[in-house]
Amino acid sequence: MLRRDKKDEEDGGSNPYNHLEKATVLQEARTFNETPINPRKCGQILTKILYLLNQGESFGRTEATEAFFAMTKLFQSKDVTVRRLVYLGIKEMSQIADDVIIVTSSLMKDMTGREDQFRGPAIRALCSITDSSMLQAIERYMKQAIVDKVHSVSSAALTSSLHLCKTSPDIVKRWVNEAQEAVNSDNVMVQYHALGLLYHIRKNDKLAVNKLVSKFSKHSLRSPYAYCLLIRIASKLIEEEDCGSDSQMFEFIDNCLRHKSEMVIYEAAHAIVNMKSTTPKELAPAVSVLQLFCSSPKPTLRFAAVRTLNKVAMKHPAAVTACNLDLENLITDLNRSIATLAITTLLKTGSESSVDRLMKQISNFMNEISDEFKIVVVQAIRSLCLKFPRKHNVVMNFLSSMLRDEGGFEYKRAIVNNIIVIIDENPEAKEAGLAHLCEFIEDCEHTVLATRILHLLGREGPRTPTPSKYIRFIYNRVILENAAVRAAAVTALAKFGAQCEDLLPSCVVLLERCQLDTDDEVRDRATFYVNVLKQYQKALNSAYILNGLQVSVVGLERALHQYINNDSLETAFDMKTVPLETQPLVEQRTVMEPGETISQKPADKVASSRQDIFAEQLAAIPEFSNLGPLFKSSTTPVELTEQETEYVVRCIKHTFSHYIVFQFDCINTLNDQILEAVTVQMESVDSFEILKTIPCPSLPYNQPGTTYALVRLPDDQTVVTGTFSCSLKFTVKDCDPNTGEPDDEGYPDEYVLEDIEVSVGDHVQRVMKPNFGASWEEVGVTNELEDTFVLSTVKTLEEAVKNIIQYLGMQPCERSDKVPPNKNSHSLFLAGVFRGGHDALVRAKLALADSGVTMQLTVRSSDPIVSEILVSAVG
Amino acid sequence: MVDSTILEPTLHTIKAIVILDNDGCRLVAKYYDKTFATVKEQKDFEKNLFNKTYRANAEIIMLEGLTCVYKSNVDLYFYVIGSSQENELILASVLNALYDAVNQMLRKNVERRALLENLDAVFLAVDEICDEGIILEADPSAIVQRVAIKSDDIPLGEQTVAQHLSKKLESLISSFLGCLPLILSLFLCKLHVLFTVS
Repeated sequence: MLRRDKKDEEDGGSNPYNHLEKATVLQEARTFNETPINPRKCGQILTKILYLLNQGESFGRTEATEAFFAMTKLFQSKDVTVRRLVYLGIKEMSQIADDVIIVTSSLMKDMTGREDQFRGPAIRALCSITDSSMLQAIERYMKQAIVDKVHSVSSAALTSSLHLCKTSPDIVKRWVNEAQEAVNSDNVMVQYHALGLLYHIRKNDKLAVNKLVSKFSKHSLRSPYAYCLLIRIASKLIEEEDCGSDSQMFEFIDNCLRHKSEMVIYEAAHAIVNMKSTTPKELAPAVSVLQLFCSSPKPTLRFAAVRTLNKVAMKHPAAVTACNLDLENLITDLNRSIATLAITTLLKTGSESSVDRLMKQISNFMNEISDEFKIVVVQAIRSLCLKFPRKHNVVMNFLSSMLRDEGGFEYKRAIVNNIIVIIDENPEAKEAGLAHLCEFIEDCEHTVLATRILHLLGREGPRTPTPSKYIRFIYNRVILENAAVRAAAVTALAKFGAQCEDLLPSCVVLLERCQLDTDDEVRDRATFYVNVLKQYQKALNSAYILNGLQVSVVGLERALHQYINNDSLETAFDMKTVPLETQPLVEQRTVMEPGETISQKPADKVASSRQDIFAEQLAAIPEFSNLGPLFKSSTTPVELTEQETEYVVRCIKHTFSHYIVFQFDCINTLNDQILEAVTVQMESVDSFEILKTIPCPSLPYNQPGTTYALVRLPDDQTVVTGTFSCSLKFTVKDCDPNTGEPDDEGYPDEYVLEDIEVSVGDHVQRVMKPNFGASWEEVGVTNELEDTFVLSTVKTLEEAVKNIIQYLGMQPCERSDKVPPNKNSHSLFLAGVFRGGHDALVRAKLALADSGVTMQLTVRSSDPIVSEILVSAVG
Repeated sequence: MVDSTILEPTLHTIKAIVILDNDGCRLVAKYYDKTFATVKEQKDFEKNLFNKTYRANAEIIMLEGLTCVYKSNVDLYFYVIGSSQENELILASVLNALYDAVNQMLRKNVERRALLENLDAVFLAVDEICDEGIILEADPSAIVQRVAIKSDDIPLGEQTVAQHLSKKLESLISSFLGCLPLILSLFLCKLHVLFTVS
């Protein structure tokens, strides 16, 4: 206590600015009005004001204005320090005080005055208070200042011009000649600032930027900063124009690898590594300079090098193997960030034999690094585990020990995700993984993670050799946890009961106990499950416990809302009218980089509701309002034109129960034309009937427009596929490319598009059945069809699987889309819902033969026609 | 979406310059963009930054998606902060410019007390190094010259008084030491006389 007091005293003694009161300081600021001015005293008071502002003290508008006006009095003093502090004060106050333009003339005097020391800061202060209307008045002086021979003045004018670009870009654009002249300055900073301004003014003119780079890349700049900037400009150009390594730009960047400044060398290496398409050969020189940096005595340089190498290792692990020895040396680096990055890089590039040693190394300092870096390590371990599945034992043990350690939610979630991925990918690791997770939920404070793990246990647990051992862990949750976790545990229990007959009686007993729970949700679930289970029917178990509802939640809400509003309560609500939940085509596995963990929000919400957005858009068009619920929208738009042609057209198919709507997204790439009344003329040889087209009234240059065509499906339900020939019809009006003003007269024209195909896949919506076997039994043998095919064109099982999925447009279940390596036969399970709400399941047994792949296809469906269509689709 | 980020060619390189003391309190802090919207967020970040850096002098750290380079001396911590994609060496060059400029202005006496006594000069130096996120000057001697505060000129500053006093004291002591043999011999004489008398 005593010590602390003493320390406080010391603090107060040595910090004259401690315990400053805003009111007192503002009071003191009145001294500014006294004459003659005492520069020393005023300087101190100004510093106090700046200190307060710097500490984040907020000034009211009147207070600030008053202080500001007092400050302007100090222009009478000739003292250098006071004047400089006044400039700083003006800049700080320019946003919070009123009528700041009052000092314009004083600043202009200083800006053009004889005292060089005042001129630069005066320009910067002046530009912070100037708006675009005032800028006209000082334009002449700014132009002079940019080319001034005093470096500080020129730099100040150039940077201020850049700031002014935000508010009045047009005026600053006129200073381009002066900027051009300033680039040739012999001062490094002036050159850098001038190049920055020049690029900013011209950045929308690709040709000019191109010239800029090729000019300065030869003309050897003096400033390393300017070099870095030029490298960035060049790499952006390369990215946009997609030119390869033989271009002039790339050559320039490559040359920079031999610059004398480390900063430039690193910038060039960084740029090459970050380019989208680099071959290992192009990477090699960049990697070798980074390798040199690895042994630098400067931590910053080592950090930069390892971080960039880590990035290379994500895409081209082979390119980094040469640096393995240098990276090994960095494992023991004092800077833990460097050590972590080195290890994660090694995990990506190293061989299987080094895994054990590396894991041991990491566990030594895992406690010392921040959560953010721990997550980086966890992600590196994940990719490692996918690369060397045989090492799952070491990795699992390591992960479980990390789970036991202290850590935040993000960190724990990364670990749990990691274990789940490993379980999914590697069946051998399943039991060990589940055991670790069971142990984790015994003492887990995060509800989200506990429910997630319980869900996983419910799905995977019953299929392990000894399901009974998980029951204890799950029931413990029912006794000990909060309502959300209890509810999840009840569901998991029911899944065990539904799948394991010998456990059924015990599960029912446990669930009956849960019926006495205090929480509504838990009680409801328990009651529901007990009643379903007591029916002892496999079909019911599958439909209501194991596979659940497949509708999209947003769609269900909308359908129910409509149902209530329609007053047609006599008819029962039809579940089949609700749009199904769309399955994402590929699981998104994002690879995060160190340090970028927090900044982004998950984007998957948008993806799941894409179809809902289409449904809303279509419902808003009066012609389409009575088509019924939207069944499916095709996921990837079909290109009907070559790229880079006059007009770009893409097609999306929307399937309804009896109709298909074709949506054509068109872009006009000619800037001297406006298209009007744009439609797509479709013709079909099959029995499809084109009912209506909705034209796009006007299609100006580079603005997307949409036209629709409505087609009725044939009455014969077995006819589902067809081909349409299409052409774009429109009225052309020529127009002025600059103003966009069209001529009055137009003429009709037409543009041939590629054919559109409607395939079986357009009538089937993907549905994920977590338990395919149960659904297979549920649908039953009533409408089963079976046939055998020889796929002579495909050579591998993977290719066959890919083709079948694409053709039928159904969802692979039980991870059966992944063919285990070195196998001659494989079973593929597909699930979907056919247009009209009929469940459809496909089992394809594939075998590799000499002449190609033999396939035995079995289809089960709730509707006989659907089975027929699906079998014939493949043939 | 995350990797393959080509840096937008711009002069706006610096997100913040911060100087903290050994309790993690802010002495100087300038933020140049809206990464931290409120003063509270800024101070929370500074606290986090200080906790992560005050023990290990490791020179660079990634924090909350930002790259921070830092340097400390006695009871001062200097930070320069940029985006995680930024060239770390550019940030380090700015940090060195800041540190060396302060070092020159405080006459190699880089500590909290001296910094607070010359706070006006430090404010001006930071202003000369970075203008709204653009590196204005990275040569320490040019910065010091532009700030143009000659510390000799500060009359009657506390430090100069202290220095004066200490100099006086030193000369006193040395003169005292210089005549020490004389005093001793006198003293011995006195003793001798005393003994002989008794």
